[in-house]
Amino acid sequence: MKIQLLFFGITTDLVGKNSISFELNTKATVENLKDLLIEQFPNLKNIHQFAIAVNEEYADDDLLINNGDVVAIIPPVSGG
Amino acid sequence: MNYTSIKISSTKLNLHDCYSFVEDASCGGIALFVGTVRNATKNKEVKLLDFSGYEPMALKEMQKIADKALEKFSIYKIAIHHATGELQIGDVPVIIAVSSAHRKAAFEACKFAINTLKDTVPIWKKEHFEDGEVWVNSHP
Repeated sequence: MKIQLLFFGITTDLVGKNSISFELNTKATVENLKDLLIEQFPNLKNIHQFAIAVNEEYADDDLLINNGDVVAIIPPVSGG
Repeated sequence: MNYTSIKISSTKLNLHDCYSFVEDASCGGIALFVGTVRNATKNKEVKLLDFSGYEPMALKEMQKIADKALEKFSIYKIAIHHATGELQIGDVPVIIAVSSAHRKAAFEACKFAINTLKDTVPIWKKEHFEDGEVWVNSHP
């Protein structure tokens, strides 16, 4: 299945893109995706953590990702 | 009646908009928090801050904070406005305004809102120094 990945903050610089289309096995969880991302973009290890949002909501590690989901990589926020 | 005002803006924030939104005859006080761009981080001179956000999600998270504040504290109205783009020293990236019948609730809700915003709202700032740039909070 295919999802759209969005990168923000420092992850945009680390990956070199704002947005990519990403191929994922069905029944993949947020945790599976995090592992795949670090495999594909080893630079992401340089930040101390990142959260995942699925369709504009923070997602727990065990959430199943669906075809067509918009998945955002959320590095530590620093608004305010 | 809408008790919350949530906004992300690429133009200058307006303190009066926030103030007049929360103002009401039933209220005995208004608490305001105004975030301003400081000229230094850890003794290093800052040139400017560049704010960017995941806007649709940031608006949702700001709305959640406002709704939670209304539920948790005896307040009347709350406004949470955040700016994006390049901000110079002294510019205002965030304004929170809260009105309530009695001051304690307004102070508490205002503190709750800014603290939660800093934890959960997907907005990022890049500090620009004379000799480079750093994404705030991003390195171990």
